Amino acid sequence: MRMDLIQPFIGSLDAVLAEMMKAPARIVDLTMEPEGYRRKGAAASVVFRGQIEGRVVLDMDPGAAAQVASFLTGGEVNPNEPMIPETVCELANMVIGNAVTQLNDRGFQFKVFPPEILTQEQCEAAGQDSEATILCFETPNGNVHLNISMQYHARRSRERSSVTVS
Amino acid sequence: MKQFEALTRKNDHQAVRYLVVDDSVFARKSLAKMIESFGGQVVGEAGDGCTAITEYARSKPDIVLMDITMPQMEGIEAVERIVHEHPDARIVMVSSVGYQDNILAALQKGARHFVQKPVKPDALYEIIRYVLNDDGVTAPVGAGGEKSR
Repeated sequence: MRMDLIQPFIGSLDAVLAEMMKAPARIVDLTMEPEGYRRKGAAASVVFRGQIEGRVVLDMDPGAAAQVASFLTGGEVNPNEPMIPETVCELANMVIGNAVTQLNDRGFQFKVFPPEILTQEQCEAAGQDSEATILCFETPNGNVHLNISMQYHARRSRERSSVTVS
Repeated sequence: MKQFEALTRKNDHQAVRYLVVDDSVFARKSLAKMIESFGGQVVGEAGDGCTAITEYARSKPDIVLMDITMPQMEGIEAVERIVHEHPDARIVMVSSVGYQDNILAALQKGARHFVQKPVKPDALYEIIRYVLNDDGVTAPVGAGGEKSR
């Protein structure tokens, strides 16, 4: 997978967590996963289609999600509250939206779909031949996993360029 | 949450009335909290563009906070339709997807401003104040807007 496509997601998650948790987050693990993905906490996924196609899953320990929810609502939030999955969904929206903005401004054209809460324990792989990169961020309130699975369609990019030139 | 100098309507000194449009209930709650800290009143909520159009006609808000990526009808199309029906509508886009094409499209369809998520209350307050003052809806308050203790 191209690192220049992944880097905006890492930078965006890092910035958003620093803003919401008021504490540093650091990457403690990076793995490649060809098969499906097993959910670890509260998770949400965002799908995109276009020159870059794929899926990003944001998966948070409930304690970390509760910390973000507390920041966003301005009050104490318990890790068991029903709003936790919704919090992860909104956080995924922010992280992926910010990353997509950077990629789009670099010339990649694609459409982002609204985030969805992941309810099943096991997610299937995003597509054939698409290996996922899983990053684990450690925060003072628990771990945050970012599962990035995407493909760059160079052909679509070339087609677009040739249309533009002619 | 920090409290701001209340933005009130110049003509009747009532609280500014907001319509909040976002498919995330959580995001709507978070924005409602900020609106409360600005001294405003949420008069309607919508989770997609279609509902936003009907809610706008029903609630006649002073200002709309509108997400872009939503199911059924996205925010930019909703802006176009609302502004077509209500040319004086004041709509501020609030979205995590802030690339130039999107911002430009929203502004071309009639949105007044754009705020990227995660939303900072100070930035949103300043933008709302700017948009409302520009139309003479609110009386100007001091720069920064933080309530004196």
